Amino acid sequence: MHIPDGYLSPVTSAVLYAGAAPFWYAALRQVRRALHTRLVPLLSLFAAFSFVVMMFNIPLPGGTTGHATGVALATVVLGPWASVLAISVALAIQAFFFGDGGITTLGANCFNMAVAGSLAAWAVYRAAAAGSALASPRRAMAAGLAGYVAVNVAALLTAIEFGLQPMFFVDASGAPLYAPYPLRIAVPAMMLGHLTVAGFAELAVSAGVVAFLQRSDPSLLQAGAGRRELPASGGARGAGSLRPLWAALGVLMVLAPLGILAAGTAWGEWAAEDFADPAARQEIASASMGHQPPASAPSGLERLSSVWTAPWPDYAPGFVRSAGFGYLLSSVVGVGLVILVFLAFDRLARLWRGAGGTAG
Amino acid sequence: MSKRSRGYLERTLDALLEVMDRAGEAERRAADRGLLQRLDPRVKVVGALALILAVALARNLATLIALLLFAIAGVAVARLPFRLLATRLWIGTLALTGVIAFPALFTTPGDAWFRLPVLGWTATAQGGTSAAYLLLRVVTAATLAFLLVFTTPWTHVLKALRVFRVPAVAVVVLGMTWRYILLLLQTAHRMFEARRSRAVGPLPGRERRRVTAAAGGVLLDRSVRLSQDVYLAMQSRGFRGEVHVADEFRMRASDWAALGAFAGLTTLFVWMGWR
Repeated sequence: MHIPDGYLSPVTSAVLYAGAAPFWYAALRQVRRALHTRLVPLLSLFAAFSFVVMMFNIPLPGGTTGHATGVALATVVLGPWASVLAISVALAIQAFFFGDGGITTLGANCFNMAVAGSLAAWAVYRAAAAGSALASPRRAMAAGLAGYVAVNVAALLTAIEFGLQPMFFVDASGAPLYAPYPLRIAVPAMMLGHLTVAGFAELAVSAGVVAFLQRSDPSLLQAGAGRRELPASGGARGAGSLRPLWAALGVLMVLAPLGILAAGTAWGEWAAEDFADPAARQEIASASMGHQPPASAPSGLERLSSVWTAPWPDYAPGFVRSAGFGYLLSSVVGVGLVILVFLAFDRLARLWRGAGGTAG
Repeated sequence: MSKRSRGYLERTLDALLEVMDRAGEAERRAADRGLLQRLDPRVKVVGALALILAVALARNLATLIALLLFAIAGVAVARLPFRLLATRLWIGTLALTGVIAFPALFTTPGDAWFRLPVLGWTATAQGGTSAAYLLLRVVTAATLAFLLVFTTPWTHVLKALRVFRVPAVAVVVLGMTWRYILLLLQTAHRMFEARRSRAVGPLPGRERRRVTAAAGGVLLDRSVRLSQDVYLAMQSRGFRGEVHVADEFRMRASDWAALGAFAGLTTLFVWMGWR
């Protein structure tokens, strides 16, 4: 899953560096506040630990072996923010000194494994272990599940990044310049190995080590359970320190109107009536490498297109005249709705923990 | 002891040994007296990263081949043995990326190139070009990174990252991580060696997983305790949370000349790559 140099275009690499940067900044702010002067030694040792754990051969059922990333383990012991930093440091050392993962692709590897992996592991671990005692078997299983999900989330992101390359970056003859496989090949090829082998290696290490710590030193699991701020960032919350993430989200929302600069409509996002419009038919053909669309709209598309009518068709409410403003307004409302849904889930989870979480 | 349980413990031992060996080899080679070893680390870091960027930007095979030849010439100038380059880098990289790139010959749409005799699959010219792009890019970028690491002590590489405004705290954490990686590798190696020396019968799969998890747990526990010891040691020496990186590098005339040469060559390669 460590993407070497050469698999991703410089544009994709730059976007993913930019995507990881606000998380690094927010993580550093959170962790510095929680750890104060202990930041340097604790992070260093944990990054070193993550690096060494990645070398372990994990025996799996069926006689095969796999390697783990240690991302769920770092998240469970340190909390998500410190895990983002520790795994990023381990990945940087692998890239610079061992040629495992590239230097231009370091941002992508950190985004996939350190950022998305840690956040996915944290969400799964908190949800699956909610309210359980530190020594409960459910907590070890939750860590295993967190590892399995985290590795597969990272693998899926990697596969999507690979799959996007031949869509956008080809030379004059049409040969892909970077990773050559489209999404329909990249995603199944990548996920097959991770859903069946690598995910279980991560599960075995995460659940096994947490079960071991439950017996030998349960205090190390307190931070991940949100019961102590050190050495993790579990309790250190504050809207102010998340400012870079909100700022990045704001920038992405403002950039949304860039979508209208793209020529034509998005491939595959055609309406049933586009098949009857000569200009739209021409657009579909040119976007499909010269393949002519069918003479009339596919019957399934025609039938299903009337099932749901969006309140704001084509991202532009009727009363808005400017397409750019329509896009911006739609992105603000869309993001707002997503945040509202997550806040509602968070509220429900807290109520549920409040009702049943006093046991642990 | 069964073959399977021996294999699993030994594979982990081999992996740990190889990392330690590679780190030691890089340090020894960086202390050699080749032309590249004498250059200012900042120039080498800037030069290597600029050339790796040129590799990523290139849009034709000729430029990638020129960059690879340039990297190989660098290996000769640094007096690094080609056997080291082949065994440490090329064989593994070519095998892995070769396996990944090969099916692209047949899956990439384009003009028919040749037909596989038994299976009847048709390879396309575009597929061949695409596989060549991937292989050349991966091998060239890896050779340039190899050249940097095998001609520059790791502490110098890290300090040189300050040129790119990498925060001092990140440089210090990276340096400390590297140091403790070597220590934890030794610790892990000893744990597995001790476990192997006590294993007399075949270990069932479940037991092998338990041994690995226990090794991971012990290592994690030791890491946290060690971080506390290190923290106390740092405090006793006056550490109050502020980190500084001493700037010990001095640019000489030859370094400026090398920087100019790297800038000129990178510009040339980027220009060639975009044509």
